[in-house]
Amino acid sequence: MSQYRPEGISDVFTEPTEPTEKPVVQGIGLTGWLRWAWRQLTSMRVALLLLMLLAVAAVPGTVWPQRAQHPERVATYLTDHPTLGPVLDRIGAFNVYSSVWFSAIYLLLFVSLVGCILPRTKVHLAGVRGRPPRAPRRFGRFPAQGDGLSDETPERLVQTATDVLRRGWRLLPFVPTYRVETRDEGDGTWSVAGERGYLRETGNLVFHLALVGLLISVATGQVLHYRGQMIVVQGTGFANSEGAYDTFERGTAYSPTSLVPFTLALDDFESRFDPETLASRDFTAHVTLTEPGAQPEKKTIKVNHPLDAGGAKVYLQGNGYAPDLTIDDASGAVVSDGATPFLPQDLVYTSKGVVKVPDVTGGQDQFGLIGFLLPTKKAVQTPNGTAYVSQFPEPNDPILVLNVWKGNLGLDTGVPQNVYELDEARMTQVKDAAGDPVVLVVKPGETVQLPDGLGTLTFNGLKRFVALDLRHDPALVYVLVFALLAFAGLATSLFAPRRRVWMRFAAGDDEHAGRTVVTAAGLARGDDVGLQPEVDRVLAATLAAGQNPDREGTQ
Amino acid sequence: MNTGDLSTLMVWGAATAFTVALIAYAVDLARIAEGSQRVKQPALVAAGAGGPVSAAAGSADQRAASRSVRAEGIARSTHFVGIALLFAGIVLRGFAAGRWPTANMYEFTLVAVFWATLILGIVQRRRIIAFLSVVVMGLAVVALVVALNWFYIKADAVQPALQSYWLVLHVGVAISATGIFTVAFGTSVLQVLKSHREEAVLSGGVQRTLSGRRFSWLEQVPSGRELEAMSFRLNAVGFVLWTFTLIGGAVWAEHAWGRYWGWDPKEVGTFVAWVVYAAYLHARTTRGWSGRRASYFVFVGYAVVLMNFTVVNLVVTGKHSYSGL
Repeated sequence: MSQYRPEGISDVFTEPTEPTEKPVVQGIGLTGWLRWAWRQLTSMRVALLLLMLLAVAAVPGTVWPQRAQHPERVATYLTDHPTLGPVLDRIGAFNVYSSVWFSAIYLLLFVSLVGCILPRTKVHLAGVRGRPPRAPRRFGRFPAQGDGLSDETPERLVQTATDVLRRGWRLLPFVPTYRVETRDEGDGTWSVAGERGYLRETGNLVFHLALVGLLISVATGQVLHYRGQMIVVQGTGFANSEGAYDTFERGTAYSPTSLVPFTLALDDFESRFDPETLASRDFTAHVTLTEPGAQPEKKTIKVNHPLDAGGAKVYLQGNGYAPDLTIDDASGAVVSDGATPFLPQDLVYTSKGVVKVPDVTGGQDQFGLIGFLLPTKKAVQTPNGTAYVSQFPEPNDPILVLNVWKGNLGLDTGVPQNVYELDEARMTQVKDAAGDPVVLVVKPGETVQLPDGLGTLTFNGLKRFVALDLRHDPALVYVLVFALLAFAGLATSLFAPRRRVWMRFAAGDDEHAGRTVVTAAGLARGDDVGLQPEVDRVLAATLAAGQNPDREGTQ
Repeated sequence: MNTGDLSTLMVWGAATAFTVALIAYAVDLARIAEGSQRVKQPALVAAGAGGPVSAAAGSADQRAASRSVRAEGIARSTHFVGIALLFAGIVLRGFAAGRWPTANMYEFTLVAVFWATLILGIVQRRRIIAFLSVVVMGLAVVALVVALNWFYIKADAVQPALQSYWLVLHVGVAISATGIFTVAFGTSVLQVLKSHREEAVLSGGVQRTLSGRRFSWLEQVPSGRELEAMSFRLNAVGFVLWTFTLIGGAVWAEHAWGRYWGWDPKEVGTFVAWVVYAAYLHARTTRGWSGRRASYFVFVGYAVVLMNFTVVNLVVTGKHSYSGL
């Protein structure tokens, strides 16, 4: 174990001076196997394999619909493919990102990452405290080299070189670039060794550890979060409580105390559409927010600009129209009064909705209205008479087009009903004398008679509604911090150069007698285009600093 | 003619200039190939007779002669004219739409081509690498023509979800990363060919075709090691930008859609590409995988980047379906 060196940093840079011993074959026992398995798992080769597996395993999620995102599409797929569907479902094709195999891959990858990064951190910490390795005897094998002559003594030059190497960064002049070590090699020969770029490995380690932090933060958020969705009609509001939501989901360790009981009311809603393409241009919800113990405040919610309320964020996810209707039954009693959201189905806001009237007085049939709201109507002549379509999403000329059903709404069967669907099983459609379904066409302000003497319907006006999505994730800030740390670490590990520079100053002989022969060499981790220029720069600066201006050294 | 039409005209102009540049680069490449085929025999004779010094000198002279100065001049100037026209087209497009011009596939393609051709210009500012230019210019011309014919939509304002400064940052960075990956891909292709040839010369022709006369133009390109280093530098920059695309995208998604990550098809594609390029960076430092084998990851990664742009935008429906088609 003593010669174990983490993989990935064993390159020319870390090559030991003496050859390492061949690993001894150990007796295979349980520990032997475990150790072997651990070595395999933390090897770069396996990490590579896991990375590619992760990439491949993520793909099915775009091929098949996912339950977490589009449960309705999964249901459709299952009905359309009665044989293949269940098989795919069993292997988790509709829950790829929470499936056992996907989780296994990324968890193994993270184990491998930790197993690789921890030893590297140890090696790096030792390296950071260490001194630059002394100048090698021969400079010939290094990728960057240089030489020169000087009239200064080696002692003076080594001092100059140290100063040159220690000179700070342009932006941080007090932080020395190189860690420098000088050495008297005897016989009047001096050498200097400089090393820089410890940040490169630091960045690498920070990047990988930040990924672990990111994973933990995301998981924490998953466990603690809650998310609710609801529809709020203009003029009404809601209090932040589980019961107020149409749908509510929460993490396993969600605590109800994280649900701050603020109230939010929709005052107004503005929308803007392109007159030619009908594409949406702007949505703004004007709301009144009342945090517990605080005064009501006017706020706006826009797409891209969620509202912060009670430690959660409120997003504007949809909008539409809610016709304000008053329905009187045959006896003249008001049986339904208020705005009913109609859900937009297309670009021109052809909106579908249902009004259920269960509370009729004494012995009459329950009835329901189902149909469409057209914000800006356009009459179309068809063989069967006039039909209406919507031609613009703004409510310039709205009408309601409704069919009437009577019978039993089925609200007391105990089966939960969708408020936007009419359960027609126990109901009959009301038809006219000719046997055609009755179609009510109502403009705002109009009151029409319901067929079969069911009563009257008054279309009081049109209100807006918004679909809000509220999300609380206490780990959000940690997710961001770790993501940014990972980014900074990555950039540092890829762009901070790790370099060693050595220089030797020896007394010249023969034709250079009396002068000092300067040699320099550089080594970098990975490919480093800046290495040779750096060696040249250091060499030139050293020679120039010790130079008499009228006696230029030969290079 | 309004600003939008003028922009389209500029882009057509850029496509034309790039086509001329592509032809000129191809002529240069052909001339180089021809030259190296002619040179090959004499150089070997010289090596046998006169020793290494004269051989080196001889081949260097003839190498210089085998480049087509005129073709290179035409290529370089039309290349830069194309970049200028494309830039003007992009700016005018932004004015016509009244917003930052990176909101749909058409604009994405224009800006990606702009980046790729600009990076190509920078990479070969000292010395033209004809093969790399042919690969990147070829991709650029195809991308522009596809964009003009199939991705084009009228310059217009955008839906509320896109009205954010992240349209500049997130999409802008994604585009520049795509451009850089394109040049890196070309470099890696060249690196694989070249290193095969280098090995073939050493080992006596395992890779026959590549060591043959047909590929003798490979003698003119930088060494496999240099190309690998160049490809790595480009991919490293691209990868960092891609990481920013992911993080910035998550921040934006958190603002716009109420969650930072939701396995939207585009998110998956971007994630897969990121993982593949991460694998490439790891492969480079893995014994037995460095060099040519690592560059296969670049091919896979670039394929994922392209698929993520085309298939995910046009075929799969997701929250990133902004092509406007």
